[in-house]
Amino acid sequence: MSNWVKVAPFDEIPKLGARVVRTKDSEQKEFDIGVFRTEDDRIFAINNSCPHKAGPLSQGIVYGDKVACPLHSWKISLVDGKAEEPDVGETACYNTKVEDGIVYLELKDK
Amino acid sequence: MQKMKLVVVGNGMAGMRVVEELLKIAPDIYDITVFGDEPYTNYNRIMLSPVLANEQTINDIILNTREWYAENHITLYTSARINKIDRKNRVVYAEDGSSAEYDRLLLSTGSKPFMLPIAGADLEGVIGYRDIKDTNDMIDAAKTHKHAVIIGGGLLGLEAANGLKIQGMDVTVIHRNEWLLERQLDKTAGKMLQKSLEAKGLKFQLKQNTKELTGDSTDGKSGRVSAIHFTDGTQIPADLVVMAVGIRPNFSLAESAGIYCNKGIVVNDTMQTYDPRVYAVGECVAHRGISYGLVAPLFEMAKVCATHLANFGIGSYKGSVTSTKLKVTGIDLFSAGDFRSPVEAADEEREEIVLHDAVGGVYKKLVIKNDKIIGSVLYGDTADGAWYFQLLRDAKPIHEIRDSLMFGQDSLGNTGHQGQDKAAAMTNEMEVCGCNGVCKGTIVKAIQDQGLFTIDDVKKQTKAGSSCGSCVGLVEQILASALGGGYAPPSTSKAICGCSDKNHEEVREEIRKNKYLNIPDTMKGMSWRTPNGCATCRPALNYYLLSTWPHESVDDPQSRFINERVHANIQKDGTYSVIPRMYGGVTTPDQLRKIADVADKYAVPMVKVTGGQRIDLLGVKKEDLVGMWKDLDMPSGYAYAKGIRTVKTCVGSEFCRFGTQNSTQMGIDIEKAFDHMWAPHKVKFAVSGCPRNCAESGIKDVGIIGVDSGWEIYVGGNGGIKTEVAQFLCKVKTSDEVLEYSGAFIQIYREEARYLDRTVHWIERVGLEYVKQRVLEDHEGRKAAYERLLFALQGAVEPWSERVQKREQHKEFETITV
Repeated sequence: MSNWVKVAPFDEIPKLGARVVRTKDSEQKEFDIGVFRTEDDRIFAINNSCPHKAGPLSQGIVYGDKVACPLHSWKISLVDGKAEEPDVGETACYNTKVEDGIVYLELKDK
Repeated sequence: MQKMKLVVVGNGMAGMRVVEELLKIAPDIYDITVFGDEPYTNYNRIMLSPVLANEQTINDIILNTREWYAENHITLYTSARINKIDRKNRVVYAEDGSSAEYDRLLLSTGSKPFMLPIAGADLEGVIGYRDIKDTNDMIDAAKTHKHAVIIGGGLLGLEAANGLKIQGMDVTVIHRNEWLLERQLDKTAGKMLQKSLEAKGLKFQLKQNTKELTGDSTDGKSGRVSAIHFTDGTQIPADLVVMAVGIRPNFSLAESAGIYCNKGIVVNDTMQTYDPRVYAVGECVAHRGISYGLVAPLFEMAKVCATHLANFGIGSYKGSVTSTKLKVTGIDLFSAGDFRSPVEAADEEREEIVLHDAVGGVYKKLVIKNDKIIGSVLYGDTADGAWYFQLLRDAKPIHEIRDSLMFGQDSLGNTGHQGQDKAAAMTNEMEVCGCNGVCKGTIVKAIQDQGLFTIDDVKKQTKAGSSCGSCVGLVEQILASALGGGYAPPSTSKAICGCSDKNHEEVREEIRKNKYLNIPDTMKGMSWRTPNGCATCRPALNYYLLSTWPHESVDDPQSRFINERVHANIQKDGTYSVIPRMYGGVTTPDQLRKIADVADKYAVPMVKVTGGQRIDLLGVKKEDLVGMWKDLDMPSGYAYAKGIRTVKTCVGSEFCRFGTQNSTQMGIDIEKAFDHMWAPHKVKFAVSGCPRNCAESGIKDVGIIGVDSGWEIYVGGNGGIKTEVAQFLCKVKTSDEVLEYSGAFIQIYREEARYLDRTVHWIERVGLEYVKQRVLEDHEGRKAAYERLLFALQGAVEPWSERVQKREQHKEFETITV
């Protein structure tokens, strides 16, 4: 079953930037998702936690469809959450959509 | 879209390097087919000598496995020699009947050993030294035969001789010249080398010419080689003869296809042959009349060639300066450039600096012309080879360091690796990179197992040297000794990042010339390869725009590192630290009360006094930042900025019984005058009131020391990774002059240094003389530079209060809860 939630108006996600969405997992534990906007206005969502040392990816520099982690500059793909070689690791991704200028995010089933 | 077809003839290091570079930048535009005439996949040819010397195995030196070709969808034909190119129909044909069509053809057919045209050269047991087969032939011969003769005392010949000796043969090297390695060494070093090799049991016949080889048949004309005869009438037994008198570019295939060749396949600076569909790289080409036989130039060619095959149309190859190193374990020699003495070269403008310790087995010679190193020979102690080579390639003026030049780069780093300066003295277990915990053994293993050739490769694969960078010198030494002649130090004027081939200086110049005012225009104007750059180039471009066109260019917050974007320092757990400014390190009871109240209100986990004489509130949540700034009502300390940080001061003449000047007030004045200043990297000042120097002015970007008659200004100090003592710039009388001179210095640094250069790095590159000329001698220039700094800082906005006032525009600080 899908679980789409409203995030924010599209214009409130900065170009080449991100916003932090705080939500809860199945055990009611809080965690953050980064919702990113690329230069060509695509929206991506990945866990706000770098596979390296859990740096907040939403705070990194966004370029192309990647983000550079602000702590140690691992390059993480916004498309599949994977770290750029030679680093190894990945972080979870979420589906997104934009309808009537509003960004939605699909959370995993609760 | 139909992919184009790329066919590569030659499965060696040069051709495959092009393919690797191409896969990196344009993985999807070609279907790639590779033909190689050896039965192996691409291997590291320069490591054949260690294989012969039993130090490595064939498996160790394979660079690309068959799986690699498959994973990258490359069709590979081994043991398939191409013998015909049909350029009209664009097809290549192999001897075994296979063929392939191409849209682009890359020739990397390498070179062939030159076989002396003497009688007996075709006898059994007479070989060149080029590939795995030759190596195996030598190892096999050593099992059944005794007398090996190497013709040629060059690098390859000596490595072969050393290997065959280790394999148990009795080895004699025949050499035409008076000393060994005459192209790499001068006579003194050549003789020292001979002595060391003789100590290993090798025999030499110098100034000797070969007349013919005779075989073991009755007439001596066939069978296996049995003796070598010289022109002086003497002869010695030989049942293995290795000809190592040189290599010749292998261009017969290209020539037979009608492609223009002249002692090699002739290519232009883009590695294109006279047929625009056909490119060539490696030992088979003649570029500007020169053919290279070392691996470093081949890789430079490969990089350029790949950009053109990828249709980027950028990059050009301008030729290489090479250096060499002999891969014989236990023997250290290094040479580069033109090392002939003034007499040998009949050149009176040359000078030499020589250090010769015959007993200790150390010899070093530097040849200098017009204040620049043009050549060097090192024997016995080659630790500084890479450094001298770098100075040579960069044509750096050396008069400032001349008196200590011979003693080497005094230290490669002070912190994080146990004070070690010589990689050779380190054991495999010792830590090289203190930031990432990488030991020497790990680096050596990665270089060998993964076929790494550059500092960047090693950084990427091992992380050594990729954080603070203090150990890069050591990593470089390890790389140089593992690779020998394959090592090429990085040029210091390298491209800004992978998105462009332009270097920092070129980027700055174009921004100035074309008056680019924003990042998209800059990237478009300079044909950036990526749509919006990367995390390396964007912050640099943003800074260059701001420093070149203050008040006119557009500051792009998304191209700034998070700390500068949110005006706070990110911490390991994603919280931030808040450091308000305390001008000159002076505070008041009121400020302290406010700070205490804020720390209480926001439950700040740690309050700490910093090294820059102010107070740090650590562990603040991002969403609390704006509220805290409002409550603090103090200016930002820019503790996160590539820009002005603190001005550290001592107590000075107001209270101190030794103070000669009011250093505290001077510090406050400087900090206020240069507040809000962005720079290529962080900038720290200090002002001391007397030569006791309690504010530690000697390790600051600008250090000022009060003396009875005025102020001394020191520049380029650094207390970080590598402790650098600031150098004396000048002495001035008044505090206004302190502002003008230090301001002009900083402004020229802001305008001319590369992004992420500290002042010390910039001065190291341009020389203190240059700085003195600009700041001290050019009075008008100094005043103008100071004016430009003041202009750039005019009307600067305090960032914290600005964000407090315009909360709505800074939604990035708010978390969305769902």
